[in-house]
Amino acid sequence: MKHLQEKAALREFGDNQIIRVSTRIMVPFIQLFGLYVIAHGHVSPGGGFQGGVLLGASYILLALAFDLKTSFKNFSESMNGILGNVGALIYVGTAVLCALVGGLFLDYSALTALLPIDPIQWRYLGVFIVEVGVGLAVMSIMLSLYWDLSSGGDMDEGL
Amino acid sequence: MKAIALLASVITGAVLLYGVQDFAPWADPTSPASTHVASYYIENTVRETYIPNIVTAVLGDYRGYDTMFETVVIFCAGMAVICVLRRSKS
Amino acid sequence: MTWQLDLLILALVLICAVATIMARDLLGAAVIFGVYSFLMCLLWAEMGAVDVAFTEATVGAGISTVLFIAAVLRTSRRCKD
Repeated sequence: MKHLQEKAALREFGDNQIIRVSTRIMVPFIQLFGLYVIAHGHVSPGGGFQGGVLLGASYILLALAFDLKTSFKNFSESMNGILGNVGALIYVGTAVLCALVGGLFLDYSALTALLPIDPIQWRYLGVFIVEVGVGLAVMSIMLSLYWDLSSGGDMDEGL
Repeated sequence: MKAIALLASVITGAVLLYGVQDFAPWADPTSPASTHVASYYIENTVRETYIPNIVTAVLGDYRGYDTMFETVVIFCAGMAVICVLRRSKS
Repeated sequence: MTWQLDLLILALVLICAVATIMARDLLGAAVIFGVYSFLMCLLWAEMGAVDVAFTEATVGAGISTVLFIAAVLRTSRRCKD
């Protein structure tokens, strides 16, 4: 028994073990479902926005059940800023790239100049690229909103 | 003060309920919303984009400009919250 | 679809909306607002707008409830007036 207690203390189990253990079990499945929603948004309901919110909610769940430090260990503050900017840049960059290679703004079929496959297939792929960008941006924005609101901007301990 | 708030809510609700009378019936194929471009999307989406989910096709391809600025709006909201609330560590 | 289900969900939505205003405990009001969002999600899904229902479930019930709870816990938990 004592051994078990020491082991639990080592793994940072605190006052509310049930919440923490169930959070650790739930978070990977929520993230997997978020990735599925982004990648499978063409066929089933979903898309970049919903998948990004799900991914952000998984990290928010970590920050709720533990504290902000554990959340930073899993997803650091600088990486959050980088991913948010990259996500918004993917969308706008794809749109500008379409205009640069000779098509209209946001006309994905013009991207055949880069990789010669079927233009209709390029429209399918273009929507996927754009949704990945939306997902990244929404995930990091939602997470940073929660960080700022829950800690009052101090980013130290949270609720 | 509470009476004024209640009065304002009741009047607004009554006006909204009056406005609901002008709605088209649910799933009416002859309503103005489903006669303009909806039939074009339903007929041509799979042929033009290979995407089976019409909602994703409209959001990501036909109305991509709208979704782009939606992302930009969310991005700006996040940046504004960071600028107002976050204090630097040093 | 079936008007009985519609009526039931709409009545529950109305009850949740009134309870959100009436609740003195702001944390409880935030949780009831999450229930309201889930009922709206059910209503969208029942009317066939599955994408809107998905967005309502993730953003309305998930993120905005969490943000409300964060705001309540940072300020005051009791309603003053």
